[in-house]
This record gives sequence, C-alpha cells and structure tokens, in this order.
Amino acid sequence: MADRRRRGDWRRGLRIGGRALILGAFCTFTAFPFAWMLITAFKRNSDLYNPVNNPFWFNEPPTLEHLEYVFTKTLFANWIANTALVGVAVVGITLLLALPAGYSLSRFLGAWGARLGVGMFLVYLVPPTLLFIPLARVVSELRLHNTLWSLILIYPTITVPFATWLLMGFFKSIPPELEEQALVDGYSRMGAFLRVTLPLAVPGIIAVVIFSFTISAQEFVYALSFVTNVARKTVSVGVPADMVRGDIFDWGPLMASAFLASVPVAVLYYFVMDKFVRGFTTAGAIR
Amino acid sequence: MRSSTAAVRPLTGVLARGGRWLRRERVLAPLLVLPAFGYVALLVGLPFLYALYLSLTDATTGNPYGAFIGLRNFSEVVQDRVFRAALKNTFVFTLSAQGAVILLSNILARALSGDFRGKGFVLFLLLLPWVAPVSLSTIGWLWILHARFSVLDWVGWQLGLLPHGQNTFWLGKPNLAMFSVVMVHVWRMLPFATVVLLAGLTALPRDLLDQAEVDGAGFWRKLVQIELPLLLPIMSVAVLFGTIFTFTDMAVVYVLTRGGPFDTTQVLSSLAFFKGIVGGNLSVGAAISLFLFPVLLVAAVLILRAARRAEVT
Repeated sequence: MADRRRRGDWRRGLRIGGRALILGAFCTFTAFPFAWMLITAFKRNSDLYNPVNNPFWFNEPPTLEHLEYVFTKTLFANWIANTALVGVAVVGITLLLALPAGYSLSRFLGAWGARLGVGMFLVYLVPPTLLFIPLARVVSELRLHNTLWSLILIYPTITVPFATWLLMGFFKSIPPELEEQALVDGYSRMGAFLRVTLPLAVPGIIAVVIFSFTISAQEFVYALSFVTNVARKTVSVGVPADMVRGDIFDWGPLMASAFLASVPVAVLYYFVMDKFVRGFTTAGAIR
Repeated sequence: MRSSTAAVRPLTGVLARGGRWLRRERVLAPLLVLPAFGYVALLVGLPFLYALYLSLTDATTGNPYGAFIGLRNFSEVVQDRVFRAALKNTFVFTLSAQGAVILLSNILARALSGDFRGKGFVLFLLLLPWVAPVSLSTIGWLWILHARFSVLDWVGWQLGLLPHGQNTFWLGKPNLAMFSVVMVHVWRMLPFATVVLLAGLTALPRDLLDQAEVDGAGFWRKLVQIELPLLLPIMSVAVLFGTIFTFTDMAVVYVLTRGGPFDTTQVLSSLAFFKGIVGGNLSVGAAISLFLFPVLLVAAVLILRAARRAEVT
C-alpha cells in the first residue's frame, strides 16, 4: 500500500518535473529575443562590441545612454505618436462600420447573415502582400501617399472583417427576447439596441477596440509601402527601417526601441487572445 | 415666410414616413450591413481586380496606366531565375515551418493542458512571438544572429561546438540564412497553433478517454487512436491559418535578410515588394503577388471545411 503510494508520488514528481522542463525550454525559445532586447538596451557599447565578453552578463555597469539616445536623438517618440494616432482612428472607423454590420448579421439576416459573415471572415484572410501594389496606386491617386491618412484609410480593410465576425458572434449570444421586451415597453429599435443590447456587448466591443488597435500597431507591409517620409512613419516600420546611424545598425538604441514598442502591444493583445482564438475555432460553426 | 413653412411641412412628412420605413427590418437590416460591406468591396474587392488588370499591362510608377500587353508579364516572370527561386523558397519555408509547428505545438499544448501555478505568466511568455509586432521582434533575432556578435556563436564557443573566435554567419550563408528564416517563422507561428490546439484538447470528451484508460489503452494508443483523430479538424484550422500567414509573410524575410544573400531567401511577397514598390515596376510586382492567390484560395476553402467539423464552442 505504502509502496504503491510512493510509486504514485514518484510518478507525479516525474510528470511535474517533465512538464517544467518542457515549458521552460519552450519559454526560453519564445521569450529569448525579448530578454535579449532588454539586456542589450542597458549595455555600454564597449561591453556590447567586445566578442570576448560574456554577453549574458554586465561586464561594465549598466547605462541609460541608449534610452536617452532613443528619446532625444531619434524620431522614436514621433513614431509612437503616429502609431497611436492611426490606431485610435482605425478603432473609431472599425467600430462605426463593424458594430451595425455585426448586429444586423446576427439579428435580421438569418441564413444569409451567416453566409455573409463567413464571407467577411474570408476577407480577413486576404493578406496585405496580395493587395499592396494596387492599393499603393489607390493611395497615390487619392494623394494620400506619405500621409498617415493612407494607413487610416487602408487598415480597416483588415480590422473591419474580423471585428464584424467577432461582434456577430457576440450579438448572437445575447438573447433577442431582451430587445423584444424593450420594444414592447415602448422603446424604438434604436433605443432598444442602445439601452439593452449594447451594454451587454461591452466585452465584445472592448475586444474589438484592443484587437483593432494592436493590428494597426503591428502592421508592416502597408506602412512600408505607403509612407516613405521618415517623420510620418509608424513605429513598426520606423524602427527596423530608420533606426540606423549612418549605414550601421546601432544595436543599443535599436533594441531599446524595439522592446519599448513591442511589449505594450504584446500585453494588450494577450488580453484578447482567447477571443481571437474563439473567432477561429468557430469559423465553421455557423452555417 | 409662407413658402418656407410650406416647404418644411412635406419635408417633415417625408422624414416621418422615412422613419417608419427605416424601422422595417427588410430595409434596416441591409442598410446596417451596407457600410462595412461597401468598404470592403471598394478597398479589397476592387483593388484585387485592379491587381489583375495591372498584371496584364506594362504599368510602372512613372507611367501608372500603361498599355495592355496580355500575359507577357507572367511568361517573363516564370522564366526569371530569381522568381523561380522565390517561388520554391516560399513553399520550402512554409512547409518546413508548418511541419515543425505541428510537431512542437502538439508537445507544447499537452504540457500546457490542465491547471498549474503561474500558468497565466507562462502563457504570456509563450504567446509573446505572436502578440508582439513581428517587424520589431524580428530585429531581436537580427541581433541574436549577428555576423560578429551573435550570442549563439558565443554559446557555441563555450560548449566547444565552434572554434573560439570563429563566426557562423547565420544570415550570410545561403543554407544557414534559409534555416534562420524558417526558425523565425516557427517561432512566430508556434504560439498560435499551440493555443488553438489547447482549446481543442480542453474540449476533448473526458469520459471517452477515461473509458479507454479503464479498458487498458496506454498513452500511445490513446494518442493515436482517440486524441489525434478527434483533434484533426482543429489542428487543420491552426495549420492552414499558419500556412496562409507564413506563405504570404514579408516582414521576416525583409528584416532578416532582405532576400539575401544573393536572393537565396527571396520569397514571392518580398520579390513583389522589391520589384513593384521599390523598383516601381507595378505590373510585374502585381503579377508576382498574384501567384500567392491560388494557395490562399485553397487554404481558405479547407479552413472552412475543417472548422465546420471542429466546432469547439
């Protein structure tokens, strides 16, 4: 009896240890580039560019000079502001277009709504690299080349389809009887929507806000193609394309800015990841 | 005065009637859907047709309308050595990355199933490659794979795998550069596949697995005969989405190698960018990126079919 229990303990220990080992190895793989950015951001140049030094260690005292350089000698703050501006505008447009569409698809259009919804989901799968050349022409015909407006105009083509799809699922989960009761109580269709349905859909709306913002902050191909003026770039293009001194990469400031710009976006996205996954795993559930 | 009130009255009448008319669902429903679908039709549908048109002309940035030249772009493109390499690379990168992702995500998702302390933080670390902007995180790799100061080289020196002071040139030699690009793609897609698979694992019918255990089925038997068949649809969704993502990605190649050394890591999308946007040859660029479309279409159809069978809700 005691022997069996000991063997059980031993097995349990092995399982826990095995899991810790596997997860530890994978976490090292996935998080290492970010840890590396963080270490590099605080290292002196003389420490960084000495191949004899242990790169995992601060062989000389840490420094803030790279951070200072990023904020005083580069357009980093400018790029962040551009990114935020585009993100907020895209969130606004996305909600304006996707809220009514998602609501209508889930409430009124029945089988057709489901079909149109799946169609929207498929549009989300269209990658920027298929359309960036014709869209670059569209942008320059509209005289939006080299402006943030080009991105504000084009990013909703990525966010609206997914947002519509997500919101459609959310509105579906809110029983229409609640709205009908409000209609019976004398509210208009609009009033019922605003006072009954919309408050219940707040979690979905928050997810859409975060999702649209992070997608615009992550986007690279359109931003690289439409904006060549350094001061008007977003951070996802400015850092990889223009954070160079002369012709050489300046790794301290480069890593500092990459870390500063990517981790907040990652944290935001992390909070809506489960809804993102649900959006996928339910892609065929609605016929 | 009089004429203005007379004009206002029918207007309010129209508005009132319009209001009633608007409240009817047959009118309201399409009206609410229209802005979103109109937007998408104008800025996704039309540009796609425009890409088809561009690919049949000789348009450049200097002469954006060009003249109709039929399929000449396509016939010239397929004879181009660099294009062939890019086409091959696109498939090689996608297939090898997705192969590795299938294997690794299956291991990782199993290690993650069930509850344990600190799971939220572990998940955050694991999801980082997917939730961070790819163009920025790939710069981290660019530094890790640096020609002279690569940390991997340093570790190699310490472990005696590499003569001290000698560099690997991860991004400077064709085969290593291809390996590096694939590795970063695996790194990027692994988190997504893992969490999708994890959703599938949690939804597996517990009683069925318990029954199998009672009946004496071991780990491998349960895995091969019960779990994998049940997980197949949802795994397909993850893999197909990953396929689309890797197949059409440009950021990883652009940041790591710009297609080099000597175009050995060029892919369709980066080649289309360099020809169409950087070089200004719109028609050829459009023709090259249209080669992405068939694979995209097949993957999208398969996603819908697989997801229909998955239904993890």
